This record gives sequence, C-alpha cells and structure tokens, in this order.
Amino acid sequence: MQERASSVTLGPVLFNWQPDTWRDFYFRIADEAPVSAVYIGETICSKRAPLFEPHYEAVAERLSSAGKTVVFSSLSEVVSRLDRKLAEQICTAEKYLVEANDGSALLNLQGRPHHVGSQMNVYNERAAAFLVGKGAKNICLPAEMPASAIAALSQSVQDLNVTIEVQVFGRQSLALSARCYHARAHGRTKDSCRFVCEIDPDGLELRTLDGRPFLAINGVQTLSYEYLNLIHELPMLRNLGVSRFRLSPHSLDMVKVASIFAGVIDERLSTDEAAVHLETLNPAAPYANGFYYGKPGYSWHSREQGQSGQ
Amino acid sequence: MSDNGYTRPELVCPAGTPAALKTAVDAGADAVYCGLQNATNARNFPGLNFTPAELEQSLAYAHSRQAKLLLAVNTFPPAGQFDLWRDAVDLAAKLNVDAVIVGDIGVADYAAQTYPNLRLHLSVQAGASSPEAIRFYCQAFAVKRVVLPRILTVAEIAELHREVPCEIEAFIFGNIGMMAEGRCSLTNYTTGVSTNMDGVCSPAADVRYEEDEDRTLTTKLGPFVVDRFACGENAGYPTICKGRYRCSSNPSGYYAFEEPVSLNLSALLPDLMRAGVTALKIEGRQRSRAYVKAVVSAFRKAVDDIMAGHEPALANLLALTEGHRETQGAFCSKAWR
Repeated sequence: MQERASSVTLGPVLFNWQPDTWRDFYFRIADEAPVSAVYIGETICSKRAPLFEPHYEAVAERLSSAGKTVVFSSLSEVVSRLDRKLAEQICTAEKYLVEANDGSALLNLQGRPHHVGSQMNVYNERAAAFLVGKGAKNICLPAEMPASAIAALSQSVQDLNVTIEVQVFGRQSLALSARCYHARAHGRTKDSCRFVCEIDPDGLELRTLDGRPFLAINGVQTLSYEYLNLIHELPMLRNLGVSRFRLSPHSLDMVKVASIFAGVIDERLSTDEAAVHLETLNPAAPYANGFYYGKPGYSWHSREQGQSGQ
Repeated sequence: MSDNGYTRPELVCPAGTPAALKTAVDAGADAVYCGLQNATNARNFPGLNFTPAELEQSLAYAHSRQAKLLLAVNTFPPAGQFDLWRDAVDLAAKLNVDAVIVGDIGVADYAAQTYPNLRLHLSVQAGASSPEAIRFYCQAFAVKRVVLPRILTVAEIAELHREVPCEIEAFIFGNIGMMAEGRCSLTNYTTGVSTNMDGVCSPAADVRYEEDEDRTLTTKLGPFVVDRFACGENAGYPTICKGRYRCSSNPSGYYAFEEPVSLNLSALLPDLMRAGVTALKIEGRQRSRAYVKAVVSAFRKAVDDIMAGHEPALANLLALTEGHRETQGAFCSKAWR
C-alpha cells in the first residue's frame, strides 16, 4: 500500500459573500491557514460568478505564493447558456487545475489532469477507475457515503495515481435544483433575484412547521442545517485510505477550524481536545456525522454508538 | 413522419409489476420500463418490480405485441456492493432486453465494456442537463438515448436536440420531484435510506400521519414535520421537496421548494414532438393498473390524434394528477426557476 501524506483542504465558498469579504477571506487563508489546497470559483450560480471574477487572479496568486495548490471548482448544475459558457471558460483555461462538478466539465477536462468533485457522484470502484483513466488525480466523494463504501472505494484505488478526499466540516450539500429557492423565499424568480442570497452568508435556515430547524437554502442548493463534523472519525478515515480532508467555508473562523483539523493530522491534538476546540467556535447549528455511520445525516453519533449500530 | 411535419414519438410507459406491464402494453405503450426487486432501480418499493423469471415472461409478452422493454438499472452502487448491479446488467444482456437505463458511470462502463451491443439509455439520474454533459456520456459509453432532467424548457430541449448525437426522451406526465434527479440526499439525511444507493425516496416505513384533537393532520418523514392539513384538506404523501416550512421571510410557513403538484405536459405535446423528442415518458411505476391504463390510453390517443392532424383531447387527465393539481413545471417558461 502506498503511503500518502494527509492534509486539510478548503472547499469552495458556497455562499454569496460580498466580493471584498470573499477576497479578504482567501487572503487570510493564504497567509494563515494550514491547508494544502484551496478550491475557488463559483459552484452554485452562474449569475454570481461575475461578482468574484475580478478577484480570481489576485486570490489565486496570493494562495499559490503561500504554497497552496489552487483548484478551480466548476459549476454544479449546468443548464442555461450562461451556465454552459461559464463551465467551458473554466475548463478550457489551461493555466488552472480544475475540479469537475458535472458532466459538461468532464467533456472538456478528459485527457488532462483534473479533480473530480463530490457532485459527480463517484460512489464505487468502477466509476473511480474509469475517471482515473480520463485524467482524474483527486476524487472528492459524495457527502452521503457511509464508511463501509469509503473504505471499499479507497482500497480499490490504492495502486492508482489518485487521492481520495472527503468533506469533514461544514454544512453538507443535500440537493441541487434548477429553481432558485432563495429567490422563491422572497417572491422572486431566478432571473429576477436581485442577488437576495447575499443576505445569508451561511445559508437561509428552514424550519419545520413545528419550529424544528431542518435545512439551509443557498440559491439552487439545499444544504443540511447541521454542520458536518468528522473530527472524531478523522483517524479512521486516514486508516481507510482517505488522505485529503475538506473543510467547507462558513462565516466563522475558518483559520481556526483548519488549525484544529491540522492539529489532529499532525498529532499535536487528540481528537477529544480538537472536538472541544470545535465546540467553542459556536457554529450557527449543532454538529452532525450520521452519514458516515450509515445513519440519517442530521444525526450525531459517538464512535462507540455509531459502530455498534445504535 | 406525418403530413404535418411530426415524427411519431415512442410512448414510454411505467410497469411496476408484470400485471401493470401487460396493462400498459395493451393500452398502447410503444415501450415499457421496469426494474428488478432490489436496490438497482430508483423505485425500489415493497411489492413492486420484477423477479428474473417475471422479467423474462414479460419481455416475451411485450415483444409478442411489438412493444419494447427497457430495464432501469439506474441507481448508484456503493463501493463493495457492485456485484448486485453487475448481475442486473448481465441479466439484461442475457435476456436481450431492448435497452438498459443507466445512471452511474461505473455501471455504464461495465455495460459498455462487457456488452458492446447492449443498447444504453442515460437515466435522468445521471443529471446530464447540457449538450456537453450528454456528449460526454455518448462518447464514453456509446449512449443511444438520454432521458432529460425535468428542468428544461421546450425551447431549450429543441436547441439541445440539435447539439447532441443521441435520441432524447422527455417526461410528460406524473410525479415531479423538485430536485435534480440523482443529486438529492434529502431522504437519506432524514431517514438513513438513500435515494441514490437504495433506490428509495420518502420510504413508507418512515412516514407518519398524526391527527390532533382538532383533526389537523400532520405528516412526517422520520422525525421531521413535512406538512399539516386542516380537517377535510386533501393531505399529500410527505415528500420533503413538496413540504411546507418556515423561514425568516415566510414565518408562518410556505412551500419552500414546490407545491404538491404533478407534471402534465399534455398541452405541450405538439411542441415537444416538434422539438425533436424521440420518446415521451410517463412516470409512475408505483401507480395502480387502473391509473396506468387510463394515462397510457389517453396519451396513446393524443399522440395518434396529433399525428393524424386532429386536436387531441386530454382534459380528463387532470383527475389523475397528484391532489388534482398539475403544473407544466420548468417546461413552459424560465419563470418557473
């Protein structure tokens, strides 16, 4: 078995942050966060992309100067002409390493080294091997994959030139649609949205009719209300063959989050110590880890409970 | 092609059971689609689907009446369990079904490599919503037909038709989910059963109906309230994307994703046929034989009427839609988005 160095990565900002906030966030990540790779680019809404484009170059440069690998993550739901143009622009720009989040990206990226994102639905050995054959160097697995499937998939690619990545922190993407639910919540449509999603830097919370927090909306995307936290599972994930651990950005202190996860990888922190640190960050919602244990995604399981199947 | 410029489309109809398959074929289906009794298909519900022996008999029945049989092997095998999906493809090839409907890249690759003569259709579960994505699957696996996601307008379908090297199949009637197919984990998030891996959306075992003293009915999936109905209101089956929720801008509750409506494109049939759609698909493998008979007969007559240059009559289909409410979804206008 090939030993692979483990590292923390930072996924793309999923939300419509103010462009200056967005830029400054990445500048600080470049300067301070112990992450090996940073994904940038608009993955949710092609209408938002022009807001951030003016900052791409400066952000990418600052990150690479700081020794971080920059990866452009492509649009997840490609339907309209604007979507298609955006996807093609990113995937044909040869200077960037690109992460494919839909089939149209794969058409343009096949034959040269690229990453495959969690929206590409790589659930099994055969799908992974096929995409490696097309040039995939890193595959981020779907949010809902249980440990048993993560293990089987990672083992199957041990001898291939590819790394496996899983999200370990932040709200989890649960669904995509062609309809913008942020616009709908404000009586608008996708075309008339006037970028109303900008008021919710971590998503718009949905509660059930009896008041229980349930989901979070981000434009055409539906996310979990809970924040995924796999700090306790990180050592097991390493044993299974996963080498890259993705944090999904939120408005809380992501440099601190990165330091805590890196601390466990470097064995400066025990998982219990790290868990306590993560609690003190006060995320907007409780933590969850159910998918890892093959349980409902919103739920939380201690390692012992999860393994005994309770 | 008819005198008025239409190409005759294939009417693709649901068959949840061997009995429903016969009903659909007898009612005029050009093709039926069905699945095996396991997680390899996206309607893996108790009491539904086919044993290998039933599939073989049903195939003979369909072929004896010039109807095609398409087998849906359109879920996503989790690593370590690929054999179940491999067996399904092997069976399809052995029985010589007319096509296999695939969604997963691994399953598509297995089928294309092992059985180059087996016709592949790309399931809506693959979420190929642009010409580029469709071309990727055509190049990679020699896919002959794509089932389009229910998110495109008719104008977009017509444009797409000119840019892809394969046939197009479009949904015209039935239950419509709001989320991109193959990219929704809401059921798993709520219940621990996965739509993609287990083939189940909103499993009945996790559904609860609770009535209070005012006879208000609350519907739940897992521990989460999906909707509430006053006494006498028509209560729908709880599906997360058709539930009512609260948010800061709608504090008393609203349909955050979509109202409980069904897709009905009967009025757009001529437009779809002109847009170059090869096959018109009716959803509903979970529905009764009576439903299948009514819907298939109505669309059979409508397609034949249009081909003959007559005005089709489809008003009676409204009675069969969910909660008697229908939508043209994304197909009519971008304002739906």
